Amino acid sequence: MALQLTNRRKVVSNKEQSFSERLYLPGILKGMLITGSHIFKKSVTIRYPEQTRPVAPVYRGQHVLKRDENGAERCTACGMCAVACPAEAITMENAERKKGEEHLYREEKYASKYEINMLRCIFCGLCEEACPKEAIFLTDRIVDAEYERDDFVYGKDKLVEKIEKRIDVSKRQTIEVSEFKKVPGTKHNTLYDGKAIGKGKH
Amino acid sequence: MIAFVIYKFILCAIVFGVSLGVAAYSTLWERKFSAILQDRVGPDKAGPWGLLQPLADGGKMFFKEEIIPTVSNKFLFILGPSLFMLTALMTGAVIPWGADLVIGGKTYSAQITDINIGVLYLLGVVSVGVYGVMIGGWASNNKYALLGAIRASSQMISYEIAMGISVIALVVTAGGTLSLREIVQQQDAGFANIVYQPLGFLIFFICALAETNRAPFDLPECESELVGGYHTEYSSMKLGLFLFAEYINMFISSAIMAAFYFGGYNFPFAAEFYNAIGLEAGSIWITLIGFGAFFTKIVIFICVFMWIRWTLPRFRYDQLMDLGWRILIPLSLLNLAITVGVEYLRGNINF
Repeated sequence: MALQLTNRRKVVSNKEQSFSERLYLPGILKGMLITGSHIFKKSVTIRYPEQTRPVAPVYRGQHVLKRDENGAERCTACGMCAVACPAEAITMENAERKKGEEHLYREEKYASKYEINMLRCIFCGLCEEACPKEAIFLTDRIVDAEYERDDFVYGKDKLVEKIEKRIDVSKRQTIEVSEFKKVPGTKHNTLYDGKAIGKGKH
Repeated sequence: MIAFVIYKFILCAIVFGVSLGVAAYSTLWERKFSAILQDRVGPDKAGPWGLLQPLADGGKMFFKEEIIPTVSNKFLFILGPSLFMLTALMTGAVIPWGADLVIGGKTYSAQITDINIGVLYLLGVVSVGVYGVMIGGWASNNKYALLGAIRASSQMISYEIAMGISVIALVVTAGGTLSLREIVQQQDAGFANIVYQPLGFLIFFICALAETNRAPFDLPECESELVGGYHTEYSSMKLGLFLFAEYINMFISSAIMAAFYFGGYNFPFAAEFYNAIGLEAGSIWITLIGFGAFFTKIVIFICVFMWIRWTLPRFRYDQLMDLGWRILIPLSLLNLAITVGVEYLRGNINF
């Protein structure tokens, strides 16, 4: 009997191994049958770049800056998205549209620079809700991996949709959503001090 | 004479190539098989179904930086993996890969050399393999490598005893011959040796697992305790040689088990089958079909090796030694005693 310092010591289990347990072989065979049964099970792998995991229709992934039906950029650099952004991921600079640029920009003012830092972005979708011009939307695309942190700051070259390759956002741009956005004083059009922004007037 | 040398040379080249090829594709199959057991896909990007993956792995090994630690003994450091690889490849020399071949009235054996002490040769070469690991681990001048090497060598030496005794029992059943060719030929007509030596086969199989340093006996390279074990300091193709030689060892020990206990290139009703399709003895087809049968058995054994690896956790070191010395050696002695007793009663041995 070993020296006992306290009486807290407890023998949790003193069960002796049975003969078949000490032999190991039945246990080993049982284990091998378990792993062997997995030969007949289907692989659960999704081969990512070729296959993608199914996402919800309203999945919030990489942003897109939409063009209108004539191919002109809808964004007017009002800055509502930047204000709404809780992660402060959006910055922009505006510029005035010159004569002859009407096919490029829909209104007199446009964003000459528009950047989203994809490392800051939390993909909450508030920019999309705040946008009065239906210009920014989140899509079901996944932001690619990059080697440099700077490469995660997406400029207009990556954000604005290509004219020849439009991105469908009709799932997020339903009539209900557009109507909802026009009502002044609704909750999601309200800043934190409770004042309505009154986007309906735009 | 020249023809003889050329024929042996070609045979050596074939055995060499087949051993290396099987080892290369074992690495792929190991990954594929583990993926299947774990409901994954495994490597499938290099070529169709990942078939070029071994080439990619080998190419990667060659292009890695080759580091020889400054504090190591350079000669021994290079000798270690070379010796391990050499002994792994040497064991293939005495294995009868197929039935004899008759071309133009001359008989060609599908075995590099039929020495009358083939079994002893095998055991001897396998023991020399320990030196490769031991020298490599010691020359690295690294604590982990040394510990791994000591583990590997003590494990291999311990399990060689039980393995040797179970082989003696087999030799007694086989009528005292040490030639692998005769052992395989004896299983031609009657039953395979597994019928006479089930316990011997079990002991041999467990020892083969331990000899090839594979799970659940892969303590020499136990990552959680010893970093990489005896090849911790190795890089580039020298590491490749170590890893590759293990797969060759696995292939060769599967081949030995198939030859010793499962009839080698024979299969049930082989003679009737050859008669039915009208093949004469010495035809190249008989050799090829026999080799196919042998190879099938080898592949099944390799799969079982892998299946065990991806099922069982690693033994603790004292459990490993306990199993080797206190269970397997008495068991193999018992097996030997029973075998000798039965053979004596059958009148096959006289004292």
